[in-house]
Amino acid sequence: MKKAIITVVGKDTVGIIAKVCVFLAENNVNILDISQTIVDGYFNMMMVVDVTNAAFDKICDGLTATGEEIGVVIHCQREDIFNKMHRI
Amino acid sequence: MINFFEVNETNKMIEKENLDVRTITMGISLLDCIDSDINKVNENIYNKIKKYAANLVQTGDDIAKEYGIPVVNKRISVTPIALVGGAACKTIDDYVSIAQTLDKVATEVGVNFIGGFSALVSKGMTPSDELLIRSIPKALATTGRVCSSVNVGSTKTGINMDAVRLIGEMIKETAELTKEDDSLGCAKFVVFCNAPDDNPFMAGAFHGVTEADAIINVGVSGPGVVRKALSKVRGESFEVLCETIKKTAFKVTRVGQLVAQEASKRLGVPFGIVDLSLAPTPAIGDSVADVLCEIGLEYAGAPGTTAALALLNDQVKKGGVMASSYVGGLSGAFIPVSEDQGMIDAVQAGALTIEKLEAMTCVCSVGLDMIAIPGDTKATTISGIIADEMAIGMVNQKTTAVRVIPVVGKGVGEIVEFGGLLGYAPIMPVNQFSCDAFVNRKGRIPAPIHSFKN
Repeated sequence: MKKAIITVVGKDTVGIIAKVCVFLAENNVNILDISQTIVDGYFNMMMVVDVTNAAFDKICDGLTATGEEIGVVIHCQREDIFNKMHRI
Repeated sequence: MINFFEVNETNKMIEKENLDVRTITMGISLLDCIDSDINKVNENIYNKIKKYAANLVQTGDDIAKEYGIPVVNKRISVTPIALVGGAACKTIDDYVSIAQTLDKVATEVGVNFIGGFSALVSKGMTPSDELLIRSIPKALATTGRVCSSVNVGSTKTGINMDAVRLIGEMIKETAELTKEDDSLGCAKFVVFCNAPDDNPFMAGAFHGVTEADAIINVGVSGPGVVRKALSKVRGESFEVLCETIKKTAFKVTRVGQLVAQEASKRLGVPFGIVDLSLAPTPAIGDSVADVLCEIGLEYAGAPGTTAALALLNDQVKKGGVMASSYVGGLSGAFIPVSEDQGMIDAVQAGALTIEKLEAMTCVCSVGLDMIAIPGDTKATTISGIIADEMAIGMVNQKTTAVRVIPVVGKGVGEIVEFGGLLGYAPIMPVNQFSCDAFVNRKGRIPAPIHSFKN
Protein backbone atom coordinates (compact mmCIF):
# COMPACT_ATOMS: atom_id res chain seq x y z
CA MET A 1 0.00 0.00 0.00
CA LYS A 2 1.30 3.48 -0.87
CA LYS A 3 0.20 5.95 1.74
CA ALA A 4 0.14 9.71 1.59
CA ILE A 5 -0.65 12.43 4.09
CA ILE A 6 -2.96 15.25 3.09
CA THR A 7 -2.99 18.40 5.20
CA VAL A 8 -5.56 21.15 4.83
CA VAL A 9 -5.12 24.49 6.60
CA GLY A 10 -7.12 27.67 6.14
CA LYS A 11 -10.06 29.82 7.21
CA ASP A 12 -13.03 27.65 8.13
CA THR A 13 -15.92 27.57 5.72
CA VAL A 14 -18.78 25.28 4.70
CA GLY A 15 -17.89 22.20 2.66
CA ILE A 16 -14.10 21.90 2.94
CA ILE A 17 -14.16 18.21 3.86
CA ALA A 18 -16.88 17.54 1.32
CA LYS A 19 -14.93 19.13 -1.54
CA VAL A 20 -11.71 17.31 -0.67
CA CYS A 21 -13.46 13.96 -0.21
CA VAL A 22 -15.36 14.23 -3.48
CA PHE A 23 -12.13 14.96 -5.30
CA LEU A 24 -10.43 11.96 -3.68
CA ALA A 25 -13.33 9.63 -4.45
CA GLU A 26 -13.35 10.72 -8.09
CA ASN A 27 -9.65 9.93 -8.31
CA ASN A 28 -9.79 6.49 -6.73
CA VAL A 29 -8.06 7.48 -3.48
CA ASN A 30 -9.19 5.61 -0.38
CA ILE A 31 -9.28 7.52 2.93
CA LEU A 32 -7.79 5.57 5.84
CA ASP A 33 -7.93 8.13 8.63
CA ILE A 34 -9.12 11.69 9.21
CA SER A 35 -8.48 14.02 12.10
CA GLN A 36 -9.73 17.57 12.10
CA THR A 37 -9.88 20.52 14.46
CA ILE A 38 -10.58 24.26 14.50
CA VAL A 39 -8.03 26.55 16.15
CA ASP A 40 -8.94 30.27 16.39
CA GLY A 41 -11.31 29.98 13.46
CA TYR A 42 -8.71 28.18 11.39
CA PHE A 43 -9.51 24.82 9.92
CA ASN A 44 -6.83 22.13 10.36
CA MET A 45 -7.23 18.68 8.87
CA MET A 46 -4.95 15.72 8.35
CA MET A 47 -5.88 12.70 6.27
CA VAL A 48 -4.04 9.45 5.76
CA VAL A 49 -4.93 8.10 2.34
CA ASP A 50 -4.08 5.16 0.12
CA VAL A 51 -2.75 6.31 -3.26
CA THR A 52 -1.83 2.87 -4.61
CA ASN A 53 -4.36 3.09 -7.41
CA ALA A 54 -4.02 6.76 -8.19
CA ALA A 55 -1.64 8.93 -10.19
CA PHE A 56 0.22 10.76 -7.40
CA ASP A 57 1.23 13.67 -9.58
CA LYS A 58 -2.35 14.29 -10.67
CA ILE A 59 -3.64 14.06 -7.08
CA CYS A 60 -1.13 16.67 -5.87
CA ASP A 61 -1.97 19.13 -8.63
CA GLY A 62 -5.71 18.52 -8.26
CA LEU A 63 -5.64 19.06 -4.50
CA THR A 64 -3.64 22.28 -4.87
CA ALA A 65 -6.25 23.54 -7.35
CA THR A 66 -9.13 22.44 -5.09
CA GLY A 67 -7.49 24.29 -2.19
CA GLU A 68 -7.18 27.48 -4.23
CA GLU A 69 -10.83 27.20 -5.18
CA ILE A 70 -12.04 27.09 -1.56
CA GLY A 71 -9.37 29.38 -0.10
CA VAL A 72 -7.35 26.86 1.93
CA VAL A 73 -3.83 25.47 1.55
CA ILE A 74 -3.68 21.76 0.76
CA HIS A 75 -0.51 19.69 0.75
CA CYS A 76 -0.23 16.08 -0.29
CA GLN A 77 3.01 14.31 0.63
CA ARG A 78 4.19 10.72 0.60
CA GLU A 79 4.03 9.32 4.13
CA ASP A 80 7.70 8.24 4.16
CA ILE A 81 9.03 11.73 4.90
CA PHE A 82 7.16 11.80 8.23
CA ASN A 83 7.98 8.21 9.13
CA LYS A 84 11.66 8.75 8.41
CA MET A 85 11.82 11.91 10.47
CA HIS A 86 9.78 10.82 13.48
CA ARG A 87 10.32 7.05 13.73
CA ILE A 88 13.57 5.15 14.18
CA MET B 1 0.63 5.92 12.86
CA ILE B 2 1.97 9.41 12.28
CA ASN B 3 0.02 12.01 14.21
CA PHE B 4 -1.10 15.55 13.56
CA PHE B 5 1.62 17.08 15.71
CA GLU B 6 4.43 15.29 13.87
CA VAL B 7 3.09 16.23 10.45
CA ASN B 8 2.78 19.85 11.51
CA GLU B 9 6.30 19.86 12.94
CA THR B 10 7.79 18.60 9.68
CA ASN B 11 5.80 20.98 7.53
CA LYS B 12 6.60 23.94 9.76
CA MET B 13 10.31 23.14 9.38
CA ILE B 14 9.90 23.19 5.61
CA GLU B 15 7.62 26.21 5.29
CA LYS B 16 8.83 28.51 8.06
CA GLU B 17 12.35 27.42 8.96
CA ASN B 18 13.85 26.85 5.51
CA LEU B 19 14.40 23.11 5.83
CA ASP B 20 15.45 21.86 2.43
CA VAL B 21 17.64 19.41 0.65
CA ARG B 22 20.39 21.73 -0.47
CA THR B 23 21.70 19.58 -3.25
CA ILE B 24 21.51 16.25 -5.00
CA THR B 25 24.93 15.94 -6.56
CA MET B 26 25.66 13.19 -9.05
CA GLY B 27 29.30 12.19 -9.12
CA ILE B 28 30.41 10.86 -12.50
CA SER B 29 33.76 9.27 -13.25
CA LEU B 30 35.35 10.57 -16.45
CA LEU B 31 38.38 8.28 -16.28
CA ASP B 32 37.06 6.27 -19.24
CA CYS B 33 36.84 9.47 -21.30
CA ILE B 34 40.63 9.81 -21.53
CA ASP B 35 42.07 10.04 -25.04
CA SER B 36 45.11 11.66 -26.63
CA ASP B 37 42.90 13.68 -28.99
CA ILE B 38 41.35 16.71 -27.27
CA ASN B 39 38.28 16.71 -29.52
CA LYS B 40 37.65 13.07 -28.68
CA VAL B 41 38.05 13.81 -24.95
CA ASN B 42 35.46 16.57 -25.17
CA GLU B 43 33.10 14.33 -27.11
CA ASN B 44 33.51 11.48 -24.59
CA ILE B 45 32.90 13.79 -21.63
CA TYR B 46 29.80 15.25 -23.21
CA ASN B 47 28.35 11.81 -23.98
CA LYS B 48 29.13 10.28 -20.59
CA ILE B 49 27.58 13.12 -18.59
CA LYS B 50 24.57 13.27 -20.90
CA LYS B 51 24.04 9.53 -20.44
CA TYR B 52 24.02 9.56 -16.65
CA ALA B 53 22.57 12.95 -15.81
CA ALA B 54 19.85 13.38 -18.43
CA ASN B 55 17.10 12.75 -15.86
CA LEU B 56 18.81 14.19 -12.78
CA VAL B 57 16.94 17.49 -12.66
CA GLN B 58 13.54 15.97 -13.44
CA THR B 59 14.06 13.29 -10.78
CA GLY B 60 15.01 15.91 -8.19
CA ASP B 61 11.92 17.93 -9.03
CA ASP B 62 9.69 14.84 -8.88
CA ILE B 63 10.99 13.89 -5.43
CA ALA B 64 10.53 17.46 -4.21
CA LYS B 65 6.91 17.41 -5.31
CA GLU B 66 6.03 14.01 -3.89
CA TYR B 67 7.55 14.59 -0.46
CA GLY B 68 6.82 18.31 -0.26
CA ILE B 69 10.45 19.11 0.49
CA PRO B 70 12.35 21.58 -1.72
CA VAL B 71 15.38 20.14 -3.49
CA VAL B 72 17.15 23.42 -4.14
CA ASN B 73 20.04 22.39 -6.35
CA LYS B 74 20.79 19.57 -8.72
CA ARG B 75 24.48 19.36 -9.51
CA ILE B 76 27.19 17.22 -11.04
CA SER B 77 30.73 16.52 -9.91
CA VAL B 78 33.30 14.86 -12.14
CA THR B 79 36.75 13.30 -11.89
CA PRO B 80 39.45 15.97 -11.45
CA ILE B 81 39.96 17.20 -15.00
CA ALA B 82 43.76 17.33 -14.66
CA LEU B 83 43.65 13.51 -14.68
CA VAL B 84 41.21 13.30 -17.57
CA GLY B 85 42.84 15.91 -19.79
CA GLY B 86 46.46 15.08 -19.04
CA ALA B 87 47.06 13.01 -22.17
CA ALA B 88 45.37 15.43 -24.56
CA CYS B 89 45.84 18.96 -23.24
CA LYS B 90 48.95 20.68 -24.52
CA THR B 91 47.87 24.28 -24.02
CA ILE B 92 45.78 26.36 -21.67
CA ASP B 93 43.14 26.62 -24.38
CA ASP B 94 42.84 22.82 -24.54
CA TYR B 95 41.85 22.79 -20.87
CA VAL B 96 39.54 25.75 -21.37
CA SER B 97 37.79 23.77 -24.12
CA ILE B 98 37.06 21.00 -21.58
CA ALA B 99 35.64 23.60 -19.17
CA GLN B 100 33.43 24.82 -21.98
CA THR B 101 32.26 21.29 -22.72
CA LEU B 102 31.36 20.85 -19.05
CA ASP B 103 29.52 24.17 -19.10
CA LYS B 104 27.60 23.20 -22.23
CA VAL B 105 26.49 19.81 -20.95
CA ALA B 106 25.60 21.29 -17.53
CA THR B 107 23.37 23.83 -19.24
CA GLU B 108 21.74 21.16 -21.38
CA VAL B 109 20.91 18.81 -18.51
CA GLY B 110 19.80 21.81 -16.42
CA VAL B 111 22.12 21.58 -13.40
CA ASN B 112 23.20 24.92 -11.93
CA PHE B 113 26.81 23.95 -11.20
CA ILE B 114 29.27 21.31 -12.33
CA GLY B 115 32.35 20.76 -10.16
CA GLY B 116 35.60 19.01 -10.86
CA PHE B 117 37.70 21.36 -12.97
CA SER B 118 40.28 20.33 -10.44
CA ALA B 119 43.77 19.12 -9.72
CA LEU B 120 45.13 17.12 -6.79
CA VAL B 121 48.62 18.41 -6.14
CA SER B 122 49.14 17.98 -2.41
CA LYS B 123 52.71 16.73 -2.88
CA GLY B 124 53.71 17.79 -6.36
CA MET B 125 52.40 19.04 -9.67
CA THR B 126 52.65 17.17 -12.97
CA PRO B 127 52.96 19.39 -16.06
CA SER B 128 49.31 18.57 -16.70
CA ASP B 129 48.29 19.69 -13.18
CA GLU B 130 50.17 22.94 -13.60
CA LEU B 131 48.64 23.59 -17.00
CA LEU B 132 45.17 23.06 -15.59
CA ILE B 133 45.83 25.43 -12.70
CA ARG B 134 47.11 28.05 -15.14
CA SER B 135 43.94 27.61 -17.23
CA ILE B 136 41.59 28.21 -14.27
CA PRO B 137 41.25 32.02 -14.70
CA LYS B 138 40.26 31.76 -18.35
CA ALA B 139 38.09 28.68 -17.72
CA LEU B 140 36.11 30.44 -14.99
CA ALA B 141 35.87 33.69 -16.95
CA THR B 142 34.45 31.99 -20.04
CA THR B 143 31.97 29.63 -18.37
CA GLY B 144 28.99 30.16 -16.08
CA ARG B 145 28.43 26.87 -14.29
CA VAL B 146 31.86 25.31 -13.97
CA CYS B 147 33.42 25.18 -10.49
CA SER B 148 37.07 24.57 -9.87
CA SER B 149 39.11 23.34 -6.92
CA VAL B 150 42.70 22.41 -6.18
CA ASN B 151 43.88 20.25 -3.30
CA VAL B 152 47.26 21.65 -2.28
CA GLY B 153 47.91 19.81 0.95
CA SER B 154 47.09 16.88 3.18
CA THR B 155 48.03 15.50 6.57
CA LYS B 156 49.83 12.63 4.84
CA THR B 157 51.82 14.69 2.35
CA GLY B 158 52.30 18.17 3.79
CA ILE B 159 51.62 21.37 1.84
CA ASN B 160 52.74 21.99 -1.71
CA MET B 161 53.89 25.60 -1.38
CA ASP B 162 54.75 25.89 -5.08
CA ALA B 163 51.07 25.27 -5.79
CA VAL B 164 50.00 27.67 -3.02
CA ARG B 165 52.14 30.41 -4.57
CA LEU B 166 50.82 29.73 -8.07
CA ILE B 167 47.21 29.73 -6.86
CA GLY B 168 47.63 33.15 -5.22
CA GLU B 169 48.53 34.46 -8.68
CA MET B 170 45.69 32.57 -10.37
CA ILE B 171 43.11 33.98 -7.94
CA LYS B 172 44.33 37.50 -8.77
CA GLU B 173 44.14 36.74 -12.49
CA THR B 174 40.63 35.26 -12.16
CA ALA B 175 39.52 38.38 -10.29
CA GLU B 176 40.95 40.57 -13.05
CA LEU B 177 39.34 38.58 -15.87
CA THR B 178 35.92 38.74 -14.20
CA LYS B 179 36.18 42.29 -12.82
CA GLU B 180 33.07 43.41 -14.73
CA ASP B 181 31.08 41.06 -12.47
CA ASP B 182 32.73 42.03 -9.17
CA SER B 183 35.38 39.32 -9.68
CA LEU B 184 32.68 36.65 -9.52
CA GLY B 185 35.01 34.04 -11.05
CA CYS B 186 36.79 33.68 -7.70
CA ALA B 187 33.51 32.60 -6.06
CA LYS B 188 33.65 29.48 -8.23
CA PHE B 189 37.11 28.43 -7.10
CA VAL B 190 38.25 26.88 -3.83
CA VAL B 191 41.61 25.62 -2.60
CA PHE B 192 41.67 22.65 -0.20
CA CYS B 193 43.75 20.76 2.31
CA ASN B 194 42.53 17.15 2.85
CA ALA B 195 39.80 17.53 0.21
CA PRO B 196 37.07 14.86 0.54
CA ASP B 197 36.32 12.71 -2.52
CA ASP B 198 32.57 12.76 -1.99
CA ASN B 199 31.71 16.36 -1.21
CA PRO B 200 28.33 17.30 -2.71
CA PHE B 201 28.72 21.04 -2.12
CA MET B 202 30.14 23.61 -4.53
CA ALA B 203 32.57 25.03 -5.36
CA GLY B 204 34.63 22.15 -3.98
CA ALA B 205 32.78 19.11 -5.31
CA PHE B 206 34.71 16.65 -7.43
CA HIS B 207 34.32 12.92 -8.02
CA GLY B 208 37.29 11.24 -6.37
CA VAL B 209 39.31 8.58 -8.15
CA THR B 210 38.41 6.05 -5.46
CA GLU B 211 34.70 6.37 -6.26
CA ALA B 212 32.44 4.17 -8.42
CA ASP B 213 31.48 5.05 -11.99
CA ALA B 214 28.59 7.18 -10.78
CA ILE B 215 27.18 7.98 -7.38
CA ILE B 216 24.49 10.08 -5.71
CA ASN B 217 25.57 12.32 -2.84
CA VAL B 218 23.14 14.52 -0.98
CA GLY B 219 23.66 17.64 1.12
CA VAL B 220 20.93 18.66 3.53
CA SER B 221 20.55 21.99 5.21
CA GLY B 222 18.67 23.41 8.12
CA PRO B 223 20.33 26.11 10.22
CA GLY B 224 16.89 27.73 10.52
CA VAL B 225 15.45 24.56 12.03
CA VAL B 226 18.27 24.31 14.58
CA ARG B 227 17.90 27.98 15.52
CA LYS B 228 14.16 27.62 16.04
CA ALA B 229 14.64 24.52 18.22
CA LEU B 230 17.27 26.35 20.29
CA SER B 231 14.98 29.33 20.80
CA LYS B 232 12.85 27.04 22.98
CA VAL B 233 15.72 26.17 25.35
CA ARG B 234 17.15 29.64 26.11
CA GLY B 235 18.92 29.73 29.45
CA GLU B 236 19.05 25.94 29.78
CA SER B 237 22.25 24.00 30.51
CA PHE B 238 24.79 22.86 27.92
CA GLU B 239 23.41 19.36 28.27
CA VAL B 240 19.95 20.47 27.17
CA LEU B 241 21.46 22.67 24.44
CA CYS B 242 23.52 19.81 23.00
CA GLU B 243 20.68 17.29 23.16
CA THR B 244 18.41 19.72 21.30
CA ILE B 245 20.94 20.24 18.50
CA LYS B 246 21.52 16.51 18.25
CA LYS B 247 17.84 15.61 17.98
CA THR B 248 17.22 18.32 15.42
CA ALA B 249 20.24 17.26 13.34
CA PHE B 250 18.88 13.71 13.41
CA LYS B 251 15.54 14.77 11.98
CA VAL B 252 17.08 16.96 9.30
CA THR B 253 19.48 14.24 8.22
CA ARG B 254 16.74 11.62 7.98
CA VAL B 255 15.14 13.71 5.25
CA GLY B 256 18.46 13.75 3.41
CA GLN B 257 18.79 10.00 3.74
CA LEU B 258 15.28 9.48 2.34
CA VAL B 259 15.88 11.77 -0.61
CA ALA B 260 19.27 10.21 -1.33
CA GLN B 261 17.87 6.68 -1.35
CA GLU B 262 14.93 7.68 -3.48
CA ALA B 263 17.09 9.57 -6.00
CA SER B 264 19.51 6.66 -6.15
CA LYS B 265 16.69 4.18 -6.83
CA ARG B 266 15.01 6.29 -9.49
CA LEU B 267 18.21 7.15 -11.34
CA GLY B 268 19.68 3.67 -11.08
CA VAL B 269 22.87 5.10 -9.58
CA PRO B 270 24.27 3.90 -6.23
CA PHE B 271 23.80 6.01 -3.10
CA GLY B 272 27.07 7.46 -1.88
CA ILE B 273 26.80 9.62 1.21
CA VAL B 274 24.70 12.17 3.01
CA ASP B 275 26.67 15.24 3.97
CA LEU B 276 25.50 16.50 7.36
CA SER B 277 26.52 20.07 6.93
CA LEU B 278 24.46 23.00 8.12
CA ALA B 279 24.66 25.13 5.00
CA PRO B 280 23.31 28.67 5.21
CA THR B 281 21.79 30.79 2.44
CA PRO B 282 21.34 34.56 2.28
CA ALA B 283 17.62 34.07 3.11
CA ILE B 284 16.59 35.56 6.45
CA GLY B 285 16.55 32.89 9.13
CA ASP B 286 18.71 30.44 7.15
CA SER B 287 21.89 31.40 8.97
CA VAL B 288 24.57 29.54 10.94
CA ALA B 289 25.56 32.84 12.57
CA ASP B 290 22.00 33.12 13.91
CA VAL B 291 22.40 29.69 15.53
CA LEU B 292 25.56 30.95 17.25
CA CYS B 293 23.62 34.00 18.46
CA GLU B 294 20.84 31.75 19.73
CA ILE B 295 23.47 29.78 21.67
CA GLY B 296 24.25 33.03 23.46
CA LEU B 297 26.46 35.40 21.47
CA GLU B 298 25.59 38.99 20.59
CA TYR B 299 27.20 38.53 17.19
CA ALA B 300 29.18 35.76 15.50
CA GLY B 301 32.78 36.71 16.23
CA ALA B 302 32.26 37.67 19.87
CA PRO B 303 34.44 35.89 22.45
CA GLY B 304 33.04 32.38 22.86
CA THR B 305 32.30 32.01 19.15
CA THR B 306 34.91 29.30 18.55
CA ALA B 307 33.64 27.25 21.49
CA ALA B 308 30.01 27.66 20.42
CA LEU B 309 30.86 26.61 16.87
CA ALA B 310 32.88 23.61 18.10
CA LEU B 311 29.90 22.47 20.13
CA LEU B 312 27.48 23.02 17.26
CA ASN B 313 29.66 21.19 14.75
CA ASP B 314 30.13 18.22 17.04
CA GLN B 315 26.47 17.85 17.96
CA VAL B 316 25.38 18.11 14.33
CA LYS B 317 27.67 15.19 13.53
CA LYS B 318 26.57 13.15 16.53
CA GLY B 319 22.90 13.60 15.67
CA GLY B 320 23.35 13.05 11.98
CA VAL B 321 25.56 9.98 12.07
CA MET B 322 22.80 7.73 13.35
CA ALA B 323 20.30 9.13 10.87
CA SER B 324 22.19 8.08 7.77
CA SER B 325 23.69 4.78 6.69
CA TYR B 326 26.65 6.51 5.04
CA VAL B 327 27.91 9.87 6.16
CA GLY B 328 30.64 11.68 4.31
CA GLY B 329 31.59 14.81 2.48
CA LEU B 330 32.48 17.63 4.79
CA SER B 331 29.77 17.20 7.44
CA GLY B 332 29.53 19.92 10.07
CA ALA B 333 28.73 23.60 9.78
CA PHE B 334 29.66 25.90 6.94
CA ILE B 335 30.61 29.46 7.78
CA PRO B 336 30.62 31.37 4.51
CA VAL B 337 30.37 35.12 4.91
CA SER B 338 28.47 36.31 1.85
CA GLU B 339 25.97 33.45 1.94
CA ASP B 340 24.89 34.05 5.54
CA GLN B 341 22.99 37.19 6.58
CA GLY B 342 24.07 36.77 10.21
CA MET B 343 27.74 36.67 9.21
CA ILE B 344 27.31 39.75 7.01
CA ASP B 345 25.69 41.61 9.93
CA ALA B 346 28.57 40.55 12.20
CA VAL B 347 31.17 41.87 9.75
CA GLN B 348 29.30 45.16 9.36
CA ALA B 349 29.04 45.52 13.14
CA GLY B 350 32.80 45.06 13.43
CA ALA B 351 32.43 41.83 15.40
CA LEU B 352 33.97 39.47 12.88
CA THR B 353 37.43 39.61 11.32
CA ILE B 354 39.35 37.29 9.01
CA GLU B 355 41.55 36.28 11.96
CA LYS B 356 38.50 35.23 14.02
CA LEU B 357 37.11 33.35 11.04
CA GLU B 358 40.44 31.55 10.78
CA ALA B 359 40.13 30.46 14.42
CA MET B 360 36.57 29.27 13.74
CA THR B 361 37.76 27.12 10.85
CA CYS B 362 39.83 25.07 13.31
CA VAL B 363 36.60 23.60 14.69
CA CYS B 364 34.13 23.64 11.79
CA SER B 365 33.93 21.60 8.67
CA VAL B 366 35.46 23.84 6.05
CA GLY B 367 37.38 27.07 6.01
CA LEU B 368 37.58 30.69 4.97
CA ASP B 369 34.60 30.79 2.66
CA MET B 370 33.15 33.47 0.42
CA ILE B 371 35.18 36.29 1.91
CA ALA B 372 35.49 39.44 -0.17
CA ILE B 373 38.83 41.22 0.25
CA PRO B 374 40.22 44.42 -1.30
CA GLY B 375 41.12 44.11 -4.99
CA ASP B 376 44.62 45.46 -4.39
CA THR B 377 45.55 42.60 -2.05
CA LYS B 378 48.89 41.14 -3.21
CA ALA B 379 49.04 37.61 -4.67
CA THR B 380 51.60 36.64 -2.04
CA THR B 381 49.27 37.81 0.74
CA ILE B 382 46.50 35.61 -0.68
CA SER B 383 49.00 32.72 -0.79
CA GLY B 384 49.90 33.46 2.83
CA ILE B 385 46.23 33.30 3.86
CA ILE B 386 45.90 30.00 1.98
CA ALA B 387 49.07 28.59 3.60
CA ASP B 388 47.78 29.42 7.09
CA GLU B 389 44.47 27.72 6.43
CA MET B 390 46.10 24.68 4.85
CA ALA B 391 48.38 24.34 7.89
CA ILE B 392 45.31 24.21 10.17
CA GLY B 393 43.90 21.37 8.10
CA MET B 394 47.19 19.52 7.82
CA VAL B 395 47.99 19.57 11.54
CA ASN B 396 44.43 18.89 12.73
CA GLN B 397 43.78 16.11 10.21
CA LYS B 398 40.70 17.83 8.88
CA THR B 399 39.47 19.44 5.70
CA THR B 400 40.12 23.14 5.37
CA ALA B 401 39.51 25.39 2.41
CA VAL B 402 39.89 28.95 1.19
CA ARG B 403 37.52 30.78 -1.13
CA VAL B 404 38.41 34.47 -1.13
CA ILE B 405 37.40 37.06 -3.69
CA PRO B 406 39.79 39.99 -4.23
CA VAL B 407 37.26 42.37 -5.75
CA VAL B 408 38.99 44.46 -8.41
CA GLY B 409 38.43 48.20 -7.98
CA LYS B 410 36.83 47.94 -4.55
CA GLY B 411 38.15 48.54 -1.06
CA VAL B 412 37.39 47.85 2.60
CA GLY B 413 33.77 48.51 3.63
CA GLU B 414 32.35 48.55 0.13
CA ILE B 415 29.63 46.02 -0.67
CA VAL B 416 29.93 43.46 -3.41
CA GLU B 417 26.90 41.71 -4.83
CA PHE B 418 27.31 38.16 -6.18
CA GLY B 419 23.62 37.37 -6.59
CA GLY B 420 21.50 34.31 -5.88
CA LEU B 421 22.77 31.74 -3.40
CA LEU B 422 26.20 33.40 -3.38
CA GLY B 423 24.71 36.46 -1.67
CA TYR B 424 26.54 39.73 -1.00
CA ALA B 425 29.42 40.73 1.22
CA PRO B 426 31.12 43.73 2.75
CA ILE B 427 34.82 43.76 1.82
CA MET B 428 36.92 42.80 4.83
CA PRO B 429 40.32 44.25 5.71
CA VAL B 430 43.39 42.04 5.26
CA ASN B 431 46.57 42.21 7.36
CA GLN B 432 48.89 44.45 5.34
CA PHE B 433 52.23 43.12 6.55
CA SER B 434 54.29 41.23 4.00
CA CYS B 435 54.87 37.48 3.74
CA ASP B 436 56.65 37.70 0.37
CA ALA B 437 59.89 36.06 1.49
CA PHE B 438 58.00 33.16 3.09
CA VAL B 439 55.72 32.50 0.13
CA ASN B 440 58.53 32.84 -2.41
CA ARG B 441 60.50 29.94 -0.97
CA LYS B 442 60.41 26.92 -3.27
CA GLY B 443 59.21 23.40 -2.49
CA ARG B 444 56.82 22.02 0.09
CA ILE B 445 56.14 21.94 3.81
CA PRO B 446 56.77 18.38 5.08
CA ALA B 447 54.02 16.22 6.52
CA PRO B 448 53.51 16.68 10.27
CA ILE B 449 54.95 14.16 12.72
CA HIS B 450 51.59 12.71 13.72
CA SER B 451 50.90 11.61 10.16
CA PHE B 452 53.40 8.76 10.55
CA LYS B 453 51.05 6.17 11.92
CA ASN B 454 52.14 3.16 9.87
